[in-house]
Amino acid sequence: MEYLIHIAIFICIYGILGLSLNLVIGETGLVSVAHAAFYGLGAYAAALLLTEAGFNFFAALPVAMVLAGLLALATGVVFSRFRGEFYMLGTVGFNIIIWSVFLNWQGLTHGPLGVPGIDRPELFGFRFSENITFLLLSLVLLAATYGVAQFITRSSFGRVLKAIREDEQAISIFGYATLHYKLLIFVISAMLAGLAGALFASYITFIDPSSFTLNESIFLLAIVILGGLGSHSGALLGALILVVMPEAFRFIGFPADVAAQLRLATYGVLLIGLMLYRPQGLLGTFRL
Amino acid sequence: MSLLQTHNLLKKFGGVHAVDHVDVEFPAGKITALIGPNGSGKTTLINTVTGILPMDGGTVAVGDSVLKKIAPHIIATYGITRTFQNVRLIGQLSVLDNILLVLTERNVWGALFERHTKLHLSEAEEILKKVGLWEKRSAKAEELSYGQRKLLEIARALAMRARIYFFDEPYAGLFVEMRKIVSDILRELKAGGAAVVLVEHDMTLVRELADVCYVLDSGKVLAHGTPTETLERDAVVEAYLGK
Repeated sequence: MEYLIHIAIFICIYGILGLSLNLVIGETGLVSVAHAAFYGLGAYAAALLLTEAGFNFFAALPVAMVLAGLLALATGVVFSRFRGEFYMLGTVGFNIIIWSVFLNWQGLTHGPLGVPGIDRPELFGFRFSENITFLLLSLVLLAATYGVAQFITRSSFGRVLKAIREDEQAISIFGYATLHYKLLIFVISAMLAGLAGALFASYITFIDPSSFTLNESIFLLAIVILGGLGSHSGALLGALILVVMPEAFRFIGFPADVAAQLRLATYGVLLIGLMLYRPQGLLGTFRL
Repeated sequence: MSLLQTHNLLKKFGGVHAVDHVDVEFPAGKITALIGPNGSGKTTLINTVTGILPMDGGTVAVGDSVLKKIAPHIIATYGITRTFQNVRLIGQLSVLDNILLVLTERNVWGALFERHTKLHLSEAEEILKKVGLWEKRSAKAEELSYGQRKLLEIARALAMRARIYFFDEPYAGLFVEMRKIVSDILRELKAGGAAVVLVEHDMTLVRELADVCYVLDSGKVLAHGTPTETLERDAVVEAYLGK
C-alpha cells in the first residue's frame, strides 16, 4: 500500500509539472526544455528555507514559487523574442546553466552532496509525516494547479495564447503585444513548477542536482507530448503513464539498473511512435 | 480628408526596391484601389504600412502622427486593420473564437481575468450574420471552405471597428453570392466614413467600387486618379498587357 501511495504522490508531482509545462508548450506553442530548472529552483528554495532559515513549508512554498517566477521573468524577456527551434535551444542552454549552478554553488546548494533533512509540511500543528496525508496534500495542490490551468485557458488570455501558438504575427495585427502574453504564461508556468519542486523536496526530504538535469526536462516534455498538447487531461494522463511505466518494468522482472535504462529507451520509442502515428498525443488537439 | 498618407516610403529586399519611394494617401469615406501586375509591390506596400515588414525609409502619417517605424501590434491603436492575401485565421479556434479574439481585452492582465460576455457574443453574432457564418460559429476555422475563410477574415477585420481597412484581394476564390457580400461590406464601410483600401485584379470590380485608384509597377506609383481615367492611360495598359 505504501508503495502505491508513493507512486500516487509522484503522479501528483509530475501531474503538476505536466499541467504547468502544457501551458507553455501545448497552449502557447513555445517548446521549453527548461522546466526542470524552475522545478529545481523551487525545490532548492524550499529545501534551504526549511533547513537553514527555519521556515514552515507553507511559508517557504510561496517564496519558492515567486523565486521561480522571477527567474522566469528575467530569462523570459530574452526567450520570448525567440521563435521555434531558437526558443527551444535557448531553454536547453538555460537548463544546463541552472543545473551547473545547483552543482557548483557549493556554499549555497552543497553541490553534489545535496540538501538533506528537509522537513515535511506542517499546518496548524498537523504534520504531513505519513505518506497518506502527504498524498492528500499533493492531491489538493494538483487540483489547485488544474484549476489554475482551466482558469487560464477559459479566459480571453487563454484564447490569445492559442492564437499565438498558430500565428503570432497575424494576432499582433489586432493590437496584441504578444511578448507580454508569452512572458506571463512562462512566469505562471515556472511558478507552478516551483510549487512542484517544493512539494518534491519536502516529500523526498533530500535533494541533489541529479533530479534537475536536462534529462528531467526532456522527461517532462515527453509527459506533455504523450498526453497530448493543449490538453490538461492529457498532461495528467501523460504523467500517469510515464510514472507508472518504469515501475511496471520492475514487476516484469528486469533488474533495477536495466529497468532504469529501459525507461529512457522506452521514452524515446514512445516519442518517435507518437510523432509518426499520433503527433497530437493521446488526448491532444494540437500538433507541434 | 486623408486618414493615412505615406511619404517616400521605401522597402527593399536586398537590392530590389519592392516599394520605391512611394507617396500614396487614403482618404476617409472613399474606396482606394491598389492595382498593378503581380510583383508590382501592392502587398508589400500594405505589409510595410501595417508593420508586417519593417520599412527602410520614408514615413507613414496617420492623423497627426508621423511614424518612421511601425510594430504590428501598434497599428490597431491607430485604427488600422487588414486582411491577408493568403488567409491567416487561427485555424484551430472556432469561427466564433476568431471573432471574439478581436472583440475582447488586449491588456494582458485584463485578458487573464476576462470571460467573454453576452455583449461580446451579440456583437460577434451581428458580424458573423453579416457574412453568413453565424450558423458555422462552432466549427473550427480550418474546417471552412476557402471562400468562407475569406469571409471570416473580412468579418474579423470588421470586428475591429477600424477607421482604415486594407483588404488584400478579398474577392479571390469567392462565389458570386460571396462577392456580393464583400461589395456590400466595402460600400457600408465607405458610407460610414472609413478609408477602404482594396487590392484587386478584377478591373470591372475596381471600376464599379473604387473612387480613387493607384497603379503600381516595379514598386513605384505609375499613375493615380479615378479608375476610369487611370485605367485608360497608355502606361497603365502597357504595364498590364505589354506593348
